[in-house]
Amino acid sequence: MSSTVIKGGTILDRRGEQRADVRIEGGVITEVGAQLSGDVDLDAGGCIVSPGFVDLHVHLREPGREEAETVETGSRAAARGGFTAIVAMPNTEPPHDSLSVIEMVRRLGEQAGMCEVLPSGCITIGRAGEALAPLAELAAAGVRLFTDDGNGVQDPLLMRRAMEYGKNLGIVLAQHCEVSRLTEGAVMHEGGCCSRLGVPGWPSVAEELMVFRDIELSRLTGAPIHFLHLSTAKSVDLVRGAKAEGLQVTAEAAPHHFTLTDESLSGFDPLFKVNPPLRENADVAAVKRGLADGTIDAIATDHAPHPPETKEMPLDQAPPGMLGLETALALSISELGVDLQQVVALLSWQPAAIAGVADRHGRDIEVGAPANIAVFDPDLTWTVSTAGLASKSRNTPYAGRSVRGKVRHTLFDGVATVIDGEARR
Amino acid sequence: MKHLRSIAELGPDGLRQLLELTDHMAEINRRPVPKVPALRGKTVVSLFFEDSTRTRLSFETAAKRLSADTMTFSVSTSSVNKGESLRDTIETVAAMGIDAFVVRHQSSGVPWQISRWTEASIINAGDGWHEHPTQALLDCYTIRTALNRTEGFDGLHIAIVGDIKHSRVARSDVWAFAALGARVTLVAPQTLLPPSLAGWPVEVVHHIDDVVEKVDVLYMLRMQRERMHEALVPSLREYTANFGLTPVRAERLQEHTLVMHPGPMNRGVEMAVDPSELPGSMIAQQVTNGVAVRMAVLFHLLGSGSGLAGDPA
Repeated sequence: MSSTVIKGGTILDRRGEQRADVRIEGGVITEVGAQLSGDVDLDAGGCIVSPGFVDLHVHLREPGREEAETVETGSRAAARGGFTAIVAMPNTEPPHDSLSVIEMVRRLGEQAGMCEVLPSGCITIGRAGEALAPLAELAAAGVRLFTDDGNGVQDPLLMRRAMEYGKNLGIVLAQHCEVSRLTEGAVMHEGGCCSRLGVPGWPSVAEELMVFRDIELSRLTGAPIHFLHLSTAKSVDLVRGAKAEGLQVTAEAAPHHFTLTDESLSGFDPLFKVNPPLRENADVAAVKRGLADGTIDAIATDHAPHPPETKEMPLDQAPPGMLGLETALALSISELGVDLQQVVALLSWQPAAIAGVADRHGRDIEVGAPANIAVFDPDLTWTVSTAGLASKSRNTPYAGRSVRGKVRHTLFDGVATVIDGEARR
Repeated sequence: MKHLRSIAELGPDGLRQLLELTDHMAEINRRPVPKVPALRGKTVVSLFFEDSTRTRLSFETAAKRLSADTMTFSVSTSSVNKGESLRDTIETVAAMGIDAFVVRHQSSGVPWQISRWTEASIINAGDGWHEHPTQALLDCYTIRTALNRTEGFDGLHIAIVGDIKHSRVARSDVWAFAALGARVTLVAPQTLLPPSLAGWPVEVVHHIDDVVEKVDVLYMLRMQRERMHEALVPSLREYTANFGLTPVRAERLQEHTLVMHPGPMNRGVEMAVDPSELPGSMIAQQVTNGVAVRMAVLFHLLGSGSGLAGDPA
């Protein structure tokens, strides 16, 4: 059996740091030690060797919007970002509310072979918020995370039923928190900036009301709840309080919510339009604090590709969303101000547990573990450019920004999907 | 200066400069043949994505009096309706050799987006709820001439009454009036104010009776009937009762107080009085001054500094 050795790096996992080489054979780590060599050696000098990253929040657009992204291009972008598993959001056309779509997305992921593609399921049919999707059928097919992402489940009774019904299925409901009646026509964060720009505002309270409601529904039903892309200071506080009470609450935050504010929109560039919107400095600080103190469990990108012409529409008509997979690690290292182990925890084993894939992703780098591994240089400074992206779309708000930390190699199931920053498939 | 997209972009000095230049344009407009060769050979395109006959005619008249060539691009007759993107539209028209676009759009910020895609000057003729800088300039010019305030607006008290939240006129006027030194008071219910006024150089009151006897300028905004459906005010009747200019209130205005309105008026709503019976009404004068102000803007952005004196021949 041919072997690959990751050579000269520093292993970083739950146990801390350790200088060692890693041998991989047949998709599994077979040896950890000094001075190893294999049939293929991957140089990891100056690099961190960590469990591969898991993104709980990716829009792959296929089926339906293949001009923006496909499962293949999106999973290639993921691999370049150090991810070995990604959760595909359900807002495709048709959406993930039937077995056939779930199986198709999973199969396309397997064919691409860049990372494990984990389809999420819809909570309601057509994400319309009116009737429950076949939660048990989809759960039996291996779906773990259910969400109507892009929409919040508005009806509190329906949400309660979904939690009660789903509780014994081993699934996690993930909420896009937005009381839609309060955000009709909204384009950006409601505050000083939108007031000056004459742009309809998306008030923080529209998110916070639903965070509060679902914390209480979780308390009532005993079912777990995961909060997608938290963006406001008060939301972070609510989750912190719920965790202190021992409720089964988890949460994620997106890199753009800890690196950008609503002021970015002062030039009316739709690249900075995203949902939930970029908020204020105090919110950015609160999201960072939440990521540092364990209130927020995961960094999730909300990778949302859109073709260029749609981001050249007027701000109020352009679709919300920005790319994230290929910049998440660098933004986390550059901006979060936490140690590297915390960055990797937020990108790897913590989201792996929420996604229900901790048996194969986010595991410590030790003999017997599946070889899902990210190798990155934490000190390399580089400039984000649209030219180098593997995603089919170009809508990153970070082009031209200097960041620190870059993925060098990614191994998925023992296969090097990325070597020296370049995708191998 | 290349573009006029906002009042802030102009700055207080630019504002004064344009008002002085407007004096000169007003003089040209009083000539028997109100036409000069200043912008001969320049091409100005009116790009109106939202209907506005008055603003468009005002700009086109201004451009023609400066001898610029003018073209009109209106959406109902354009390929935008065939699915062409905003950027493609701009790049196509710009490729014909355009010096300036006069842009009106129902979405805030479109003039900023367009200015990233063309080398031509962009003049904002109103974008969404955001800004309408030439309206603010003509308002300033109207106040300046009517109250003989060539040195600035220090000590003047101006109230802007009505739907500030959805008003591009207010978002330009506030900054222009304040830049010239005026004290600005907004008069509106909370539902018709922007969510935050942090950093705005204004005071706020919630009833027109709080200002009617005190101000030098009463600036009435149009109250759109569709706002009724958004629960922003209970009824037009209640709006008029609290924010409308009624005959009784008109009696209480100071003798010198100017009454202004950007048009079109809602008779019986914010203007519950016949403006022709108001001695201080500047509403017709605003329209007249609009042409001179827009001539000044076009000349300032496109002119070489000469050609204002002679005959266009």
